Amino acid sequence: MEDTGIGLWGVPLAIFAGAIRVSTPFIFVSLGETITERSGRINLGLEGTLVFGAMTAYAVAVMTGSPTLGVLAAMATGAMFGTIHGWICKWPKVNDIAIGIAMMQFGLGLAFFLGKSFIQPVAPKLPSIPLGGWSAVPQVQAALNINVLFFIGAALALFLFWAFKNTRIGLILRVVGDSTDAARAMGISPDRVRLLATAAGGSLAAIGGAYLSLYYPGSWNEGISSGQGLMAVALVIFARWNPIGCFLAALLFGGAGALGPALQSVGVTQGYYLFYAAPYVLTLIILIATSSPTRSLAGAPGALSLTK
Amino acid sequence: MTKLLPMNRRNFLQASAAGLAAGAVPGLIGSQAMAQTALTVGFIYVGPKDDYGYNQAHAEGAAVIKKMPGITLVEEENVPETVDVQKTMESMINLDGATLLFPTSFGYFDPHMLAMAAKYPKVQFRHCGGLWTEGKNPMNTGSYFGYIGQGQYLNGIAAAYATKSKKIGFVAAKPIPQVVQNINSFLLGARSVDPTITCQVIFTGEWSLAVKEAEATNALVDQGADVITCHVDSPKVVVETAARRGAFVCGYHADQSALAKDKYLTGAEWAWGNVYTNFIKAAQSGGKLGNFVRGGLKDGFVKMSPLGPAVSAEGRKKFEATLAEIMTGKFSVFKGPIKDNKGNVVVTAGKSFAEDAIELESMGYLVEGVVGSTS
Repeated sequence: MEDTGIGLWGVPLAIFAGAIRVSTPFIFVSLGETITERSGRINLGLEGTLVFGAMTAYAVAVMTGSPTLGVLAAMATGAMFGTIHGWICKWPKVNDIAIGIAMMQFGLGLAFFLGKSFIQPVAPKLPSIPLGGWSAVPQVQAALNINVLFFIGAALALFLFWAFKNTRIGLILRVVGDSTDAARAMGISPDRVRLLATAAGGSLAAIGGAYLSLYYPGSWNEGISSGQGLMAVALVIFARWNPIGCFLAALLFGGAGALGPALQSVGVTQGYYLFYAAPYVLTLIILIATSSPTRSLAGAPGALSLTK
Repeated sequence: MTKLLPMNRRNFLQASAAGLAAGAVPGLIGSQAMAQTALTVGFIYVGPKDDYGYNQAHAEGAAVIKKMPGITLVEEENVPETVDVQKTMESMINLDGATLLFPTSFGYFDPHMLAMAAKYPKVQFRHCGGLWTEGKNPMNTGSYFGYIGQGQYLNGIAAAYATKSKKIGFVAAKPIPQVVQNINSFLLGARSVDPTITCQVIFTGEWSLAVKEAEATNALVDQGADVITCHVDSPKVVVETAARRGAFVCGYHADQSALAKDKYLTGAEWAWGNVYTNFIKAAQSGGKLGNFVRGGLKDGFVKMSPLGPAVSAEGRKKFEATLAEIMTGKFSVFKGPIKDNKGNVVVTAGKSFAEDAIELESMGYLVEGVVGSTS
């Protein structure tokens, strides 16, 4: 009996590989939501944007044969969804959370409706970069086949972290998010900034969708997201509106999500439902460990309706 | 998660179904002139009907009966296994005039279909996969299912000739008896060729979770499994991921050979078209529909995908010989002695179960050689 398995090493490897493979949609959606929330608005509709982006990217890739065009088309539709959300929310007495939920259902419904004929065709996949050439172990090579979008996401997290602090646009975004009145006094139009921030957020979320349908798991169907867009929105709060925190939290979620299948594959099979709850248990533990009786939600933008 | 916030296109679909029914009226009159009983039949699917899987298999069956004279077909997809399916059934009965309903998903049976059957005693309900019990369940309900386990046994034979690592993998949704029986049959088929083969199973816990299915497939391949099959609602992700990682694939539910190309060995597929045709013929001629309808490969309920190019000549011979034996109706997959994977004897020596044995429909054990656990 020839043993080609890698035994218990499979578990850390799967967590590592899973962290990279599964995290990318979380990274893009949570970074997008960070931009939006830093401007003082919540867009809960990113689950809809994610799924619509996944559908658009897949459909365009099928029709044109180019996955890159698919990603670009998804970004455009994501920006459109964000713009609609931002435009509706500028009217007085409109609740951005309610609009977000409506936009989520709208995005899901429209994606299912338009995506009907694209469930069967097979789209070309986004390319990955094989970084595992140094290893003779095929499992390691497979784990190190990393999609370029992951690196873009990582770079974007670093860039946003820097840009929020050090660029004019970053400062404008933050002042609008922290105090609408102060922004107005400075001659900034809060509505326009929020509109652009929501559009940018939607556009990024749609890239996450494109990753789902064009790379991993790499197929379009109606269950493709199963709530990842909603979890990513929650990740932003978990990461305290910090882009690097979002990146790390996304990795953590991806890795913890890979734990269940990996443990079963090495024979730890009892109680797999519990392992599947690992990401959520981890979230609870970290939130409790980092909570404080003396301050509330450090880093929350002041104008965010969440904190009102 | 999507179940928390169900996206419902019921109203939209109802409107379009009503439009469809209106458009079909002249056709109905025409067919009545042909002395065929007009019959409106409703099909309810839990997922999209072109998912390369469970729902597609049923929808292909529905498409077969749609062509029969006198039939008006109403369909609704993506109906959750909640009170939603009761509303769908009511609207099919009251708005579309359906008198025969096929709610095709496992969770529709109890309590949803049973509640509707009590409320509408003149409507016939036939459920796929449920265990209809005489005396307990009303006579206007029934269940039908195919013995696809023998198909997974044949998958196992094809897998045994293809595996080099002697380790094969199974991505499973939930540990219900039908899934467990498929896992066991897959391994027993492989062990009929080489008794050293083991089968690693990973349960994802849900019928359709694309990312987790991909992770499970990757984990199996990482652990050396080189032939993968599955029992999830839509095998597309598992099949594509496994083929991309270089593993062979045995299909399930529908023909997925287009997704895995020459990595596709064979597959166990449903042939619901035959089953639904029989129901419709019985309903139109006023005969009995049957309350407990079962059948396997030899009854035309199940079929195998054509063997792929990677199956060796030797494998092909054994596969065809076993298939021929199954077609005689005398073959049994579960022949004692069989131990479960905890060492307990579950089928004593000398005892064997025919494919229609009722004991098999409540199977809760994984046989020796399956690495995994049902809880």
